[in-house]
Amino acid sequence: MDKTATKEYETVIGLEVHLQLSTESKIFCSCANKFGEDPNSLTCPVCLGLPGSLPVLNKKALEYGIKAGLALNCSINPLIKFDRKNYYYPDLPKAYQISQYDMPVASNGFLMITDEDGKPKTIRILRAHLEEDAGKLIHESTCSLVDYNRTGTPLLEIVTEPDLSSPQEAYDYLQNLKLTLQYLNVSDCDMEKGSLRCDANISIREKGVIKLGTKTELKNMNSFKAVKTALEYEVSRHKKVILAGDRITQESRLWDESKQMSFSMRSKEEAHDYRYFPEPDLVPFVVSDERISEIKASIPELPFTKLERLIKEYKITEYDARIIIQDNAISDFFEECTLHYKDFKKICNWINGSLLQELNSRKTKLAQIDLGALEFTKLIQKIDDETLSNLAAKDVLTHMIDSGKSVDEIVKEKGLSQVSNDSELEKIVEEVIADNEKVANEIKEGKESAVGFLVGQAMKRTQGKANPKKVGEIIKNKLSKSQ
Amino acid sequence: MKLNYLTAHEILDLIKENKTSAQKVYKSVLDQIDNSEKAIKAYANLAERSEISIDENKPFPIPIAVKDNMCVLDQETTCSSNILKGFKPSYDATVIEKLKDSGAIIIGHANMDEFAFGSSTETSCYGPTHNPWDLDCVPGGSSGGSTAAVASNQAIWAIGSDTGGSIRQPAAFCGVVGLKPTYGRVSRYGLIAFASSLDQIGPITKDVEDSAILMNIIAGYDPKDSTSAKPEDALFLNTLSCRDDNYSHSCDLPDFTKALVNDVKGLRLGIPKEYFIDGIDAEVKQAVLDAIERLKDRGATFKEISLPHTEYAVATYYIIATSEASSNLARFDGVQYGLRKIPERPRKSSIVDMYEETRAAGFGTEAKRRIMLGTYSLSSGYYDDYYLRGLKVRTLIKQDFDKAFKEVDAIVTPTTPTTAFKIGEKTSDPISMYLSDIFTISANLSGIPAISIPCGFSRNNLPIGMQIMAKPFDEEMLFRIGYTYQQITDWHKKRVNL
Amino acid sequence: MISKEDVLNIASLSRIHLQDNEIDQLTKNLEDILEYIAKLEKLDVSNVEPTSHVLPIENVYREDKVNSSLGQSAALKISTENQNGSFKVPKVIE
Repeated sequence: MDKTATKEYETVIGLEVHLQLSTESKIFCSCANKFGEDPNSLTCPVCLGLPGSLPVLNKKALEYGIKAGLALNCSINPLIKFDRKNYYYPDLPKAYQISQYDMPVASNGFLMITDEDGKPKTIRILRAHLEEDAGKLIHESTCSLVDYNRTGTPLLEIVTEPDLSSPQEAYDYLQNLKLTLQYLNVSDCDMEKGSLRCDANISIREKGVIKLGTKTELKNMNSFKAVKTALEYEVSRHKKVILAGDRITQESRLWDESKQMSFSMRSKEEAHDYRYFPEPDLVPFVVSDERISEIKASIPELPFTKLERLIKEYKITEYDARIIIQDNAISDFFEECTLHYKDFKKICNWINGSLLQELNSRKTKLAQIDLGALEFTKLIQKIDDETLSNLAAKDVLTHMIDSGKSVDEIVKEKGLSQVSNDSELEKIVEEVIADNEKVANEIKEGKESAVGFLVGQAMKRTQGKANPKKVGEIIKNKLSKSQ
Repeated sequence: MKLNYLTAHEILDLIKENKTSAQKVYKSVLDQIDNSEKAIKAYANLAERSEISIDENKPFPIPIAVKDNMCVLDQETTCSSNILKGFKPSYDATVIEKLKDSGAIIIGHANMDEFAFGSSTETSCYGPTHNPWDLDCVPGGSSGGSTAAVASNQAIWAIGSDTGGSIRQPAAFCGVVGLKPTYGRVSRYGLIAFASSLDQIGPITKDVEDSAILMNIIAGYDPKDSTSAKPEDALFLNTLSCRDDNYSHSCDLPDFTKALVNDVKGLRLGIPKEYFIDGIDAEVKQAVLDAIERLKDRGATFKEISLPHTEYAVATYYIIATSEASSNLARFDGVQYGLRKIPERPRKSSIVDMYEETRAAGFGTEAKRRIMLGTYSLSSGYYDDYYLRGLKVRTLIKQDFDKAFKEVDAIVTPTTPTTAFKIGEKTSDPISMYLSDIFTISANLSGIPAISIPCGFSRNNLPIGMQIMAKPFDEEMLFRIGYTYQQITDWHKKRVNL
Repeated sequence: MISKEDVLNIASLSRIHLQDNEIDQLTKNLEDILEYIAKLEKLDVSNVEPTSHVLPIENVYREDKVNSSLGQSAALKISTENQNGSFKVPKVIE
């Protein structure tokens, strides 16, 4: 019998995340740190690596690095220095990347995730270091074109220990990491735009074995989901190779999203030897304890601390709270709403429902629109006091976001006030019954479930302004058997 | 005397007195170039004469030669290497900006050893420069074109760069004054790097007075160079290694011409025993000892000191300098600018083929040698034994100087062990070539300022240079001693007739 | 001390294609130089801090301010070859 088939394997994953920091200017020169401009328009002698040019560190980039390090529970190194990583690639104009080797900004941190049993799990963060991004290569049929606009974009590389035990944990880690970083306002964290990139190291080993298996490095995943899928693919590939009695080759592999497979990168002409050495063009950096305290003080309440507090303080469900903390601005908005309106569950419903729908359909964020918490709660109150129907309120919200006007203004302008006036409603119901004789007869014969249809018709006729509760009552009265 | 034989301060005096004009001085330099450049080959590229403008209203309208490794906007700048042929920088180096602002007339890029790799200006892709004092001899290097231009009166001033002696050694060979300022004193922005932690730009002039004037123009903190020193840095460093004395430094960038004081009374000067060893040319030794006597006559006191790690300086230097160079020169790969070569038959991938062919064709033998040595010393498995060890010995060498400067105000040595050697004499023996920098390298490793001043001639009528070294940011000490020396000697007044 | 294979490996890391006659010459040169450099092994440096920066300068930054860039045409002016606003190179196969 084949014994290997019964063996149990465990997965070991470590992630390297490259985060583009959202500074105004590049890390070592004063070109704008922007995306989507004409090729090579945002370049200067420094980021083109022209002979004779010299780097000068952007203070903000270092501060962002420290801020992220602190938020990830790292210690900030007392002496920070930069090193050169030497390798040739056309997108790297100096043929070395200014990076950090043995004295990075931050090291020895951690981030919490929830494991498959729902228990909290610590993922250790080995280090976070600053470096410069490379340019972009565009491959044509007979040549390649180089755009150096991206060259010199500040990057923070965040490296975990191999503490992740499944593709799902890797996915969760990325989610939590992104959320934490977004709270800091140091990066867009948009994987599709490339402002967050992730490489994964993966190996498997027999359960109980301490020595790590041979790892492969996965590259080219462009979403968190792709990271997960690629890792799942790679786990099963490793298993297949090992079960077939072969060995895993230590190598870098490219994830092909369309084929849903990983491919070995064309074997390099020789092994990498990056020849790191201290960057002589930059001096070392010593960040004082006072400065670190100042940066620490500028870190807002982080998402998972906030999650627990919101549940406790406002007695909202974990489900609601989790949605609310996905965006720091939204969670702040929620808390502001609670100052004006006391049904917290209802605030959650409106935020997590209509408001998020509005934002998603506009592909925008709360911070980008003009909507005050007070107005938002006034809108909810208008439903409570039956001025607006739910449907009409949604319409008002749309207009509020479009125009920035107040609830009252819009309700007045559009004449959206709910119609609760009995005589008016009676008239409308009569019209509806006249137009839908067949349904009306069914109701008369006892089919109460058809009432809703007529209510809907009445709402349609009044463009949502009719008070549906009252309409229902009137219909029932008019069509009751007793009549 | 012809105008181009004069120093800048003499010329500026004449201009002030309306006895000449910048235009006339410029003309005399051009005439000299027309007359002797064919024999000297001091220049890698001369600027188009039609594009040169002279502003008589600027304070320093002095014709100047600039070493071919400093970027001048839209002027071909090649480091005298085939790999940079045709490269016209899209910016001015900071020193070039400063020179232009002062009115200096940049007449061309001076020849140099390819990427400053050499001590004879023989490794240039333009061919060797000849020593104006003896056309069969090298001018020294790597700033040999710059020193030859000044010595042959084909420029009034020049600027060079000094990584291990590349200003001082050719200054000594050509009989001119060459200063390597303190590391961090002059901005390196726009200087095409050889070894970033050692490189400094400095003035090459006919006398010490001009050296101080030119330093006033080019020195100073530059926000574009992270390693350039702010005034407060200079103060800090002086208080570190400075004994208390009456000679205090301003914490602002000094007016270097104020240091031109004819007085060395009471100065304590050190003579390191490791610099007067066997193998040093007897005439060179005697000339420096004579110079020391003259300074004693003026009231300076001398004592023997020891810089015990001197014998390790050359080895240390070759590790550190080549390691940094291997990385600094990696960017010359045919991707963006300069030479691009594709092999006739493919060997590896098309992009790697381009790199390897471009660099094979673009770099000369010495450049390849140094790039490879540096790559080796940084490579995995060798870093600790070579690069890291080099950095540690550098510490020891620096500590030697820190200790010495607790006892003396300046150190006096020969600049070179010999006078200028023959063209071709050392090209096949890299180590003997490297050893011609044996006395100059330590100043780069420890970052201190050092100057070479003419102090005599050999029987063959070849110039001899005396080196003076001082504490970090104490260039004023060098000017003071050098100026005093030049008040009582006239070696610096000798001119070559070409 | 240094083999021909070492030299070829360094040449490859340095991205320099060597001719056969260069390989022998460089092997010999590097061997001589390394032998000369070996004199440093005489020194005990186990307790010595390395000096990578000769001046004790720290914390040199710039503020996060945007200044004008060269712009596309000035950037490409130095280019050996360009196309569509980009530097053109032989095809890079990943």
